[in-house]
Amino acid sequence: MIVADKKPIEEIIEYLKDHKNILVLGCNECVTVCEAGGKKEVGVLASALRMYASKEGKEVKIDEMTLERQCDREYLDELRDSIDQYDAVVSLACGVGVQFTAEQYHDKPVYPGVNTCFMGATEERGLWTERCQGCGQCILATTGGICPVARCAKRLFNGPCGGSTTGRCEINTEVDCAWQLIVDRLKALDRLDEYEELCPLKDWSTDRAGGPRKVVREDVQQ
Amino acid sequence: MRLQYPTNVKIVRVPCTGKVDVIHIMRAFEKGADGVAVIGCLEGECHFNAGNLMARRRVEQAQKVLETVGVGGERAQMYNLSSSEGPLFAQYATAMTEKIKALGPNPIRTAKNKAA
Ligand code: SF4
Ligand code: SF4
Repeated sequence: MIVADKKPIEEIIEYLKDHKNILVLGCNECVTVCEAGGKKEVGVLASALRMYASKEGKEVKIDEMTLERQCDREYLDELRDSIDQYDAVVSLACGVGVQFTAEQYHDKPVYPGVNTCFMGATEERGLWTERCQGCGQCILATTGGICPVARCAKRLFNGPCGGSTTGRCEINTEVDCAWQLIVDRLKALDRLDEYEELCPLKDWSTDRAGGPRKVVREDVQQ
Repeated sequence: MRLQYPTNVKIVRVPCTGKVDVIHIMRAFEKGADGVAVIGCLEGECHFNAGNLMARRRVEQAQKVLETVGVGGERAQMYNLSSSEGPLFAQYATAMTEKIKALGPNPIRTAKNKAA
């Protein structure tokens, strides 16, 4: 899923300082799971903003709503009838949701309410870690299911580098060396011989380096 | 046991303090409460294992938000006692009331009254 973290309320207050009718808009998907932008977080932020406004003696209307997804027009359309009441939206969705909401409602300022961090997994409640950087050409088949793009600091394809020490990466002793994990996993799979094969140069044109990307699937288009 | 505790304390019963979320604390302040005390079982003695520990963290979270928006984090507090400690409850209720009296009324209510 896409992992996001809360933004400091002070920052959000600053974005909203000139607005009088604000919609705090959550998303029911990834940001709900990582407890940054779901219905609960929308409630807390909206309540905090209302209290701040009252305390400052400002009359500001702050409403709450949480959509099933903000990265789908179908759900964003649910705002169509009510959007005109607002002069600003704070979206607690990931960066995709914020942008898509802004695209749908072109004349409304849409502010980000979270910091979108990465694609990752929930290790335990309150701990999320990165797993994938969407490079567009997945090589997990040859690396024992461990991604060197997302998890090796140097994105090495024939690692480890000389900095790998007792299983830890040289950038930080709290970070596992991805290549140690790869070797351990290949060993467990009894496929260590594959580690000997050199990984060819990766085609990075499918990564971000090739500019913004798209997936076109004519087979499912209508 | 006929114990005295301040009459301005309104009790909201919950099955376990683990049920108390940040939003409940926030809503209480939004509606004008001057302080919120979450009183849970002793740490390590929660029937549901960690309800009171989660409550403490949520109170801390609420404190941060309340501080940021200018209501004052100190207005939310967590206390622990065992269910047989009535006198301690009365003591906490009194201590909390005194703390809040020293802080004065909820600034949101004051601001709203001024605006009205
Ligand atoms: S190889 Fe690319 S697509 Fe596969 S997990 Fe790593 S970053 Fe993601
Ligand atoms: S120590 Fe391991 S994870 Fe860190 S940069 Fe070197 S190969 Fe990559």
